[in-house]
Amino acid sequence: MIKVEHLSKHFGKVKAVDGISFDVNEHENLVLLGTSGCGKTTTLKMLNRLIEPTHGKIFINNKNILEQQPEILRRGIGYVLQNNGLFPHYTVGENIAIVPQLLKWDKKRTEHRVSELLEKLHLSKDFLNVYPNELSGGQQQRVGLARALVADPPVLLMDEAFGALDNVTKAKIHAEFKALDELKKKTIIMVTHDVQEAFELGDRICLMDAGKIVQQGPPADLLFKPKNRFVEDFLKEQRLQLEFKAIKPPPPPEGGTFKLHGAVLPAEMSLWWMIEQLKFTKAESITILDHQHKKVGQLSFEDLTSAFYQYKQQQRHE
Amino acid sequence: MNDQQQTLWDFMRQQSDKLATQTLEHIGLTFISLFLAVLVGLPLGILIARKRKLSGSVLGIAGVLQTIPSIALLGFMIPLLGIGPKPAIVALLLYALLPIIRNTYTGITGVDASVKEAATAMGMSKWQILFKVELPLAMPVILAGIRTATVITVGVATLASYIAAGGLGEFIFGGISLNNTNMILAGAIPAALLAIIFDFLLSRVQKLNFKKIKAGTYALPVIIVLLASVYFIPSAYGSKLTAGFTPEFMGRQDGNLGLQSKYHLKIHTIVISDAVMYKAAYEKQLDVISGYSTDGRLKAYNLVVLKDDKNIFPPYFAAPIVRDDALQKFPDLEKTLNLLSGKINDTVMTELNYRTDYLHESPEKVAKDFLVSKNLWRPERGGSDGIVRIGSKIFGEQYILANMYSMLIKGYTDYDVTTKTGLGGTKICFDALTNNQIDFYPEYTGTGLLVILQPSQQIVNSVEGNKEKTYNYVKEEFDKRYQIKWLQPIGFNNAYALMMRQKQAAALNVKSITDLKNYLDKK
Repeated sequence: MIKVEHLSKHFGKVKAVDGISFDVNEHENLVLLGTSGCGKTTTLKMLNRLIEPTHGKIFINNKNILEQQPEILRRGIGYVLQNNGLFPHYTVGENIAIVPQLLKWDKKRTEHRVSELLEKLHLSKDFLNVYPNELSGGQQQRVGLARALVADPPVLLMDEAFGALDNVTKAKIHAEFKALDELKKKTIIMVTHDVQEAFELGDRICLMDAGKIVQQGPPADLLFKPKNRFVEDFLKEQRLQLEFKAIKPPPPPEGGTFKLHGAVLPAEMSLWWMIEQLKFTKAESITILDHQHKKVGQLSFEDLTSAFYQYKQQQRHE
Repeated sequence: MNDQQQTLWDFMRQQSDKLATQTLEHIGLTFISLFLAVLVGLPLGILIARKRKLSGSVLGIAGVLQTIPSIALLGFMIPLLGIGPKPAIVALLLYALLPIIRNTYTGITGVDASVKEAATAMGMSKWQILFKVELPLAMPVILAGIRTATVITVGVATLASYIAAGGLGEFIFGGISLNNTNMILAGAIPAALLAIIFDFLLSRVQKLNFKKIKAGTYALPVIIVLLASVYFIPSAYGSKLTAGFTPEFMGRQDGNLGLQSKYHLKIHTIVISDAVMYKAAYEKQLDVISGYSTDGRLKAYNLVVLKDDKNIFPPYFAAPIVRDDALQKFPDLEKTLNLLSGKINDTVMTELNYRTDYLHESPEKVAKDFLVSKNLWRPERGGSDGIVRIGSKIFGEQYILANMYSMLIKGYTDYDVTTKTGLGGTKICFDALTNNQIDFYPEYTGTGLLVILQPSQQIVNSVEGNKEKTYNYVKEEFDKRYQIKWLQPIGFNNAYALMMRQKQAAALNVKSITDLKNYLDKK
């Protein structure tokens, strides 16, 4: 879906991004992880040409974006900023409707889409005519996300989108983010310096340092097969939590689901998330259903921890 | 003329036509200039916000323009644009430019970077970002700049009357020259009110919320254009020749009033400052001007004095006038000042004035050369026996006299000297003297009589035209009323005079004011 080849950006003598290459598959969530100044944000901004690359090529859907008109390109890519970047002189409704307005949608279609998104993002309709400064930080970030999603772009870029939020709000928005079906059809590239966030939301992680990619792969690879000391050190803190987040429980049978208190849980959840769900709801176990919604087994806290140890054992023998 | 007893209200009612015209002219001038300044300043501000490298030089130039004294700027405009509204509007525009450019620049560069980034990332073009994001968000700051510019312009527009562009300055500067407080207030109060009202209205516009400002941005230019068009309502009328008279001359019995009552002269007249009048006559912007008979520019610009065949201009012999208590404080002062008495006649004074006004020699050098040639000059004694404060009005002749007196006092006495030259008019100079801000300044008998004493018409008629009688009358009255002493006359008579270009006067065969009247009456 997205292909980046030998991409570089030099600011004078400083090589902010130094010849990196990576691919992002369709509907995948790639995280660019690293400390500040590692070049991750510069890389992201080159994808919608907020920054023009010095060398290299970028293809989205096999089209070289450097040959496209930037304005047209950008209208097809969602973008969420750390400080939300909402227009203070526009109401929430107007803010969300910016791209439809640029694309000259008719009024009805825009209105319908805006109210649909408000609902999906758990924002009250009363906010439509309210100005952004009257909203809380979490609400503003949701409006920012709605604005990026409104025209249903296939690609979404997120620049430290949750970085300015407090931990409680962040956790809540993370959960919503994972549950939002709109996002499952998107190819997402997100930038963060928060390791926990990267492990929680990323299908794959590119760990960057000094303008280069140090290691890329699924979270578990970085954790259990680190390429060098840098990767190991970077993931040192709260390692146990990271390990639980990187490991997934054995999947349900083909076509089946997990269920807790009658609610279907999203597939592909980490062990950490499942344990958290058990603790939150004070439940004993999670039910495993097959494709005919028949109970075929269950996962208790003990099952989940033993799954963790099994995985670790397996790693050691490989 | 019994202006002293007249109340301000009476004056304003009597002159309500003129007041209305001047107020409209003032509003018109202000808003034409403001409109043009916004037209120039806003795009410039946007440009330098985009190309930051230019910001230093553009803001620098606008800043320098702001520091040029207004009257000097008006003076620069005359050779380029003549006199009247055009140069006035350009000068006012230049003054209004800085706050508008600076606030546009500050407003736009102050827009939150993440908002601009979001706008770009959303796929807005540069122009869409400018009109939908940057300008609306910068609008409160830009409006604050326009507000500042408006107040500045209302204030500076009073000076437009110096170059015949009208406005409330006509009353203000006329009043200062004529020592007529009511006239000053009749101009100053409406001008101040205009500034306050416009400031208040714009402050309301500024406080409107974002939504309403969107509509306001379109309404504002329309309102400004409407107000600007007001200027053209009081339209000019034509005649064969154009006269330019100073505000002082306009209101004086021995000036325009006398020309009308005794000569029945009817001529298209505009009000203009003394500083630019001669040049305007030379450049054929004006045909007839009210000047002074010893003015050096008479010689410089080839002008000729029209004979005052009905004797309406009284004698204006110059003499220093000193406060009595200053004479007591400085016992040697009187005899030192009298050293100059009888030493300078009309021709000498015109020559001296010519050297400063036209050859641009410094008044100091001209004064010293003259004293040396008359063997009056002595080196400074460096005395420290008190400081004598010399005043002078704001024209060359007075600067020369003030310099001569300064050198004489330093050479002949042990006093030190400070000079307060360039006091803008009779009223300011005389008030400075009576309020103990200066100790003496050179005054003219005619001015003392008609501007300061303002006696009844009978007394004026009884002394008119006679040098000794006028001198004795003012000397006596000044002593009685103000405890101010007239010392001996210097010798020359710097009277009012009408003048024309030599060539034109010869071509039209105009030698006297009566000739001029006859020429104008021939249709």
